[in-house]
Amino acid sequence: MIGISGVSKSYGQTVVIDDVSLTLPKGGLTSIIGPNGAGKSTLMSMIARLLPIDRGTVMVDGLDVALTAGDALAKRLSILRQDNHLAARLTVSDLVSFGRYPYSKGRLTDEDRGHIERALTYLGLDELKHRFLDELSGGQRQRAFVAMVLAQDTDYMLFDEPLNNLDIRHAVAMMKLLRDAAKDLGKTVVVVLHDINFASCYSDHIVVMRRGRLFRQGVPEEIIREEILIETYETDFKVRDMDGNRIATFY
Amino acid sequence: MSPDEIRKSSRLILLCLAALALISMVAFMTLGAKGSWSFVLSFRGTRLAAMLIVAYAIAVSTVLFQTITGNRILTPALTGFDALYVLLQTSIVFLFGAATLTGLDPQLMFIAEVAIMVGFSLALYRLLFGSGRHNVHLVVLIGIVLGGLFRSMSGFLQRIISPDDFVVLQDRLFASFNVTDQTLVGVSALLIGLVTIAIWRMFSVFDVMMLGRDTAVALGVDHKAMTMRILVLISVLVSISTALVGPVTFFGLLVANLAYILMPAAKHRIMLPAAVLVAIICLVGGQTILERVFAFDTALSIIIEFAGGLFFIVFLLKGRVR
Amino acid sequence: MKSLIPALLLIFCLAVVSLFVGVSDVSLWSVLNGTADQRQVMILLASRVPRTIALLLAGSGIAIAGMILQMLARNRFVEPSTTGTVESAGLGMLVVLLLAPDMPVMAKMLVAAVFALAGTGMFLAVLRAIPLRSVLMVPLVGIMLGGMISAVTTFFAYRFDLFQSMGAWANGDFSAVLRGRYETLWVAFALTIAAYIAADRFTVAGMGEEFSTNLGLNYRRIMAIGLVIVSMVTASVVVTAGVVPFLGLIVPNIVSMAMGDNLRKSLPWIGICGAGLILACDIVGRTINAPFEIPVGTVLGIIGSLFFLYLLLRRQSRVA
Repeated sequence: MIGISGVSKSYGQTVVIDDVSLTLPKGGLTSIIGPNGAGKSTLMSMIARLLPIDRGTVMVDGLDVALTAGDALAKRLSILRQDNHLAARLTVSDLVSFGRYPYSKGRLTDEDRGHIERALTYLGLDELKHRFLDELSGGQRQRAFVAMVLAQDTDYMLFDEPLNNLDIRHAVAMMKLLRDAAKDLGKTVVVVLHDINFASCYSDHIVVMRRGRLFRQGVPEEIIREEILIETYETDFKVRDMDGNRIATFY
Repeated sequence: MSPDEIRKSSRLILLCLAALALISMVAFMTLGAKGSWSFVLSFRGTRLAAMLIVAYAIAVSTVLFQTITGNRILTPALTGFDALYVLLQTSIVFLFGAATLTGLDPQLMFIAEVAIMVGFSLALYRLLFGSGRHNVHLVVLIGIVLGGLFRSMSGFLQRIISPDDFVVLQDRLFASFNVTDQTLVGVSALLIGLVTIAIWRMFSVFDVMMLGRDTAVALGVDHKAMTMRILVLISVLVSISTALVGPVTFFGLLVANLAYILMPAAKHRIMLPAAVLVAIICLVGGQTILERVFAFDTALSIIIEFAGGLFFIVFLLKGRVR
Repeated sequence: MKSLIPALLLIFCLAVVSLFVGVSDVSLWSVLNGTADQRQVMILLASRVPRTIALLLAGSGIAIAGMILQMLARNRFVEPSTTGTVESAGLGMLVVLLLAPDMPVMAKMLVAAVFALAGTGMFLAVLRAIPLRSVLMVPLVGIMLGGMISAVTTFFAYRFDLFQSMGAWANGDFSAVLRGRYETLWVAFALTIAAYIAADRFTVAGMGEEFSTNLGLNYRRIMAIGLVIVSMVTASVVVTAGVVPFLGLIVPNIVSMAMGDNLRKSLPWIGICGAGLILACDIVGRTINAPFEIPVGTVLGIIGSLFFLYLLLRRQSRVA
């Protein structure tokens, strides 16, 4: 369980996150949606202690992220940000091995190797594991980074817009993979998403942010509704039921 | 490439580099020697030791700096580290006068200078990297402007100190690969030893730092503390190389990028030794060729600057430097 | 345009101060009421007036050259001394010193300008060819190119024992400016007027080749005109007084922050601020350690970089 209580963040005069309190349940896939500038990525970065918190606390399974040692937290919670550009030349398996750093500090044990192999296989990277990252396509590279996060084997996995730069086929594959990781491996997956319909179809829980505040949260059926989406995005929406999923259209 | 292939080919390349470095060292010591061997060996030995120290200092400081900035076109020199050292030297002469300084033990002085340098650069770069800011572009731009500021301030102080003081200062600042300050070789070697001990166990952390701040934090590394530790090491190394041979801008760039291109994978465990070996080959080999074959005496640093710049631009154009 | 008048008045006041600051005692009153002796009038006409005019012309010229260069390279962080322009002009000077030391100043300037043109052209060509250039890469490439060119200069200067004469121009200094030795700067002035006439084109060129072509402008011709202006201005300043750092960087940035990048509007301000800043720095350099002078390049380096740092850090704390 991730407990966020009274969290605020501001840059100078601009308040980016304004007194957000929220509990993200353990297990399943939670999506955070909202318009640009709503503070989704900022909130996620603060949960993962990448950004200092101005006010309030974030607790992950009872550990205060601001006070817990970085390496202890790295065994519980992992995050993948967008734009993972590397200057260094690394192979896919090199990169995925870094996921084991919190446990091995660079000296891989057999157990670490097992995790790395499983993560590579899970993301279908066995063929590519000895290739260098700069030889891969954008989608393949994204999968390599996800494999690194998977190898880190934490209970909580956060992804900041993991579908960026992926075409439709790879985006669908990525969402299926994240949902399966939550279901089969018992992980808690939190994703920031732009696409409402991905959030609607794949999430167990949806959090809506607007203007730095928590606007709504609940199961997809409660959130993907015309009046809520219209108020969130200030745009006209139609919501239809299709094959058991709620699909929003806005054209 | 599979891990085994990588390991094998890195070992092979490192061995070749080591052999080349050894050949250039032997050539430097023996080629064109006349007269008493014991004199030649001890005279050239000190110079060789100085060059090895400088090669090590520049190679390691550049690779580490590029690791923490995540950028392969930067050197500590480009962001004003060596200008800071020159300013420090100038201010000391300005404040205390050359007369007091010549009375002091140069080695103690040097250690004190390194300590001040570390303190100053930490304060400065804590200001820049601290409080959650990590816009590398901005930090580097500020560094470049700071370098200009330090240089101008040194120029300003050099204008207003007495001519006698200026002569002393000039002697200390305008060292070259040819006339290195031999009194500092021993103490520099000692500092290099300490730095080596400090980095020995940290190769894996360096590797993680290379992935960028966010990923390093997510993997549980205390990024800020580690950045500060690496900056301390860099300031010590830059002080050593600047004290021995004066400011060198592009040599580190040349050496680090050659190492990146030669080695199959980016692990520090192999990258740091490779960069040091490349630096030794360039420096010692280059000096030997210039001195013994072409009988040029003062030109190595100039040629290195030229070759470094040229190399870099060519590789930039080919898209090999990222 | 009306707001330019107080600025011009300020420049005028600075210029008057500059006329009457120096080692020899020449006061405004003695000149006005005719009690000045012949020697004082001589100093005024042969040294102080040329120096002040040279400062005004060089300051406005370098600032405007910096702006044009920023438009051509499409990068806010370049100026003639971070694009290889200054270093190339220096190499040209060395070639003149080696091959034809007795050339008239104007011819020296032209040779230096040709070299500066070649160097800056090379810089822009390298920039065009680099895949994925980042904002930071642009000034770094320039600094590196400049480093290479000055390595060549240093090498030959060492070989031919010209190191000392080359060292003289490395730091901008107007103390040696006398009547008969600064007039090439009027060429720079004429070119800055030309730059003002072509201002709109540079604004458009600053938005890129596609954008310019879309508006029916010949991008390559604008680039060429801009290059010629920048090279000639830089060469004339380098030949007369040496390298003036930071001016071409900070003045355009400050003006751009205040009033945007429409050159038709901002170029006069860039010229005025450049002239004012260099005058003020020169006066400071002459008074702070009197009777000795501190070169204006050094003063500008300190004041300019401090001010630029302030701007960067302030903006950072606002954005961060």
